[in-house]
Amino acid sequence: MIRESILKADAIERKIREKKTEAASPEEIEQLQIEKARVLRPCSRPDPEDTVFLARKIDRPHIDDFIAHLFTDFFEQKGDHLYNDDPGIYGGIARFRGMPVTVVGHRKGHSAEENLKYNFGMPNPEGYRKALRLMEQANKFGRPIITFIDTPGAYPGKEAEEHGQGEAIARNMAQMSTFTVPVISIVTGEGNSGGALAIGVANRILMLEYAVYSVLSPEGFASILWKDASRHGEACELMKLTAKDLKKAGVVDEIIPEPLGGAQEDPGRLYACMEMAIEKNLAELSLLSPEELKAQRIEKFRTIGAA
Amino acid sequence: MSMQNSLQSGMQSLQGGLERKMKEWRGGIQKMLPDPYLDCKSCGRRAKTSAWKENLYVCPFCGHYRAMSSEERFRAVLDEGSASELDGGLQAADPLNFPGYSEKLRAAEKKTGLTESAVTKKGTIGGIPAVVAVMDSRFFMGSMSSAVGERITRAIEYADEHRLPLIIFCASGGARMQEGIYSLMQMAKTSAAVQAFSDHGGLYISYLTHPTTGGVTASFASLGDITLAEPDALIGFAGPRVIEQTIGQKLPKGFQRSEYLEQHGFVDRIVARKDMKQVLVDILELHRDSARKAG
Repeated sequence: MIRESILKADAIERKIREKKTEAASPEEIEQLQIEKARVLRPCSRPDPEDTVFLARKIDRPHIDDFIAHLFTDFFEQKGDHLYNDDPGIYGGIARFRGMPVTVVGHRKGHSAEENLKYNFGMPNPEGYRKALRLMEQANKFGRPIITFIDTPGAYPGKEAEEHGQGEAIARNMAQMSTFTVPVISIVTGEGNSGGALAIGVANRILMLEYAVYSVLSPEGFASILWKDASRHGEACELMKLTAKDLKKAGVVDEIIPEPLGGAQEDPGRLYACMEMAIEKNLAELSLLSPEELKAQRIEKFRTIGAA
Repeated sequence: MSMQNSLQSGMQSLQGGLERKMKEWRGGIQKMLPDPYLDCKSCGRRAKTSAWKENLYVCPFCGHYRAMSSEERFRAVLDEGSASELDGGLQAADPLNFPGYSEKLRAAEKKTGLTESAVTKKGTIGGIPAVVAVMDSRFFMGSMSSAVGERITRAIEYADEHRLPLIIFCASGGARMQEGIYSLMQMAKTSAAVQAFSDHGGLYISYLTHPTTGGVTASFASLGDITLAEPDALIGFAGPRVIEQTIGQKLPKGFQRSEYLEQHGFVDRIVARKDMKQVLVDILELHRDSARKAG
């Protein structure tokens, strides 16, 4: 239970920002920073419910931050070119260390207004079709694909159903299994349900240390199993949704470490770790032929499971 | 006055209890009869089991579609004596050590006589060899466990290897929660298998029955070359209750039903159960001479 400490640290951080605008004395600010570090010190071992809390934190870095800090020359591509542009999915072409790649992922906001605009990172079918359009182009032009997963789930709306939410998710997974370019997926926040997996059929699945990946949100899980969404804490414990659990289960290939107290505490350090991980995995995958890349990806998902 | 009230309520509860007991007895006795009555879940009228069977479990009075067991479905679709099961030995494990899951599995096995919610067979339909998978909503609401994903995937691979057409009767409440992420990953596994089968030129008919939802809708159920549906089946990704809670309004009548999906462009044809076999034969005949790429 480190959630209280994190919230306390947040309050101190707000105070630090206030003081800075008030041009307070450096000693006063330093005192607060020491206080914050003290509060964060016991936060190195979040339990599963803490991890869900960290994964969903609004000041956690999101896809726009990753694109800005890990890539250059970003060219955004919009729309499914069939019906609509879904702001819940963000992506385009960019360079990673000079090499053209396609980046695409769920888009969450850093404020309530942004979240309304991006629908909290819950895509409609149009979003999945946009993601597929971008990825198919990458496959055509031989660019590696990097996807960022961070969603409460696919949007459960009326139009979403009418436009084929199920079909869109299914089609993405089916098509991703055929790609002959390297695909790396990084679970950066919460990866819930088919809405996450729809851009997650990758050669390598990486996961930030305090991200979560699961069949459904803990609230949804509790309400389906026990008809009681308030038992989500219990669900978090049982679901085995942390990076560590999923690495053990063979679903996740690599865990990217986060700073003490979560990614938001030191985004710069996180970006450095992410860059290293992406570079290493791309280098390894570049040794495989196009056919081997396709076969390895299919085999990876063929063998996950217990029956 | 109050004594009279309590006496009255006492009598009422006694009466209620008696009625319940009588119903149980009647049910028990019915089960022992060679041809017991079955009540329609929609209109409440009763008919003998043999009459239901003959009518392929469509209510002879109101036309309501009762869930068909996988056994009955196979009997209605595959030619007599042609069927053999593919991977019946594959059973659910308990990868999360989920409290109570193993016991629930045993209870479901006892109740249904099945070992999983999907059964896969090969056989002939109107003389044409095919692979058929049937999901049975009576077993864990047809939810997708690793074993279900594996049975379906192996059926697809078998059809691919032997160049047979594939028919899947879908029915599912969605993911098997008790298997967590493993259940989720079956979506990718089955979708990839359908895609490979399709790329090799295989014909896949997805047959949607009540209810088809969640992870099954968002994987192999939505990837058929031809998609058929039973009348008035609930078909969707998110459940109607979740949608209503999310958008804060009532959904229109018939939302997510077969007819609604047909209107919105996701179903080729809605097929009455009595025509099920003939329609399948017709489609298989039309594809009999279609070119098939090397697998």
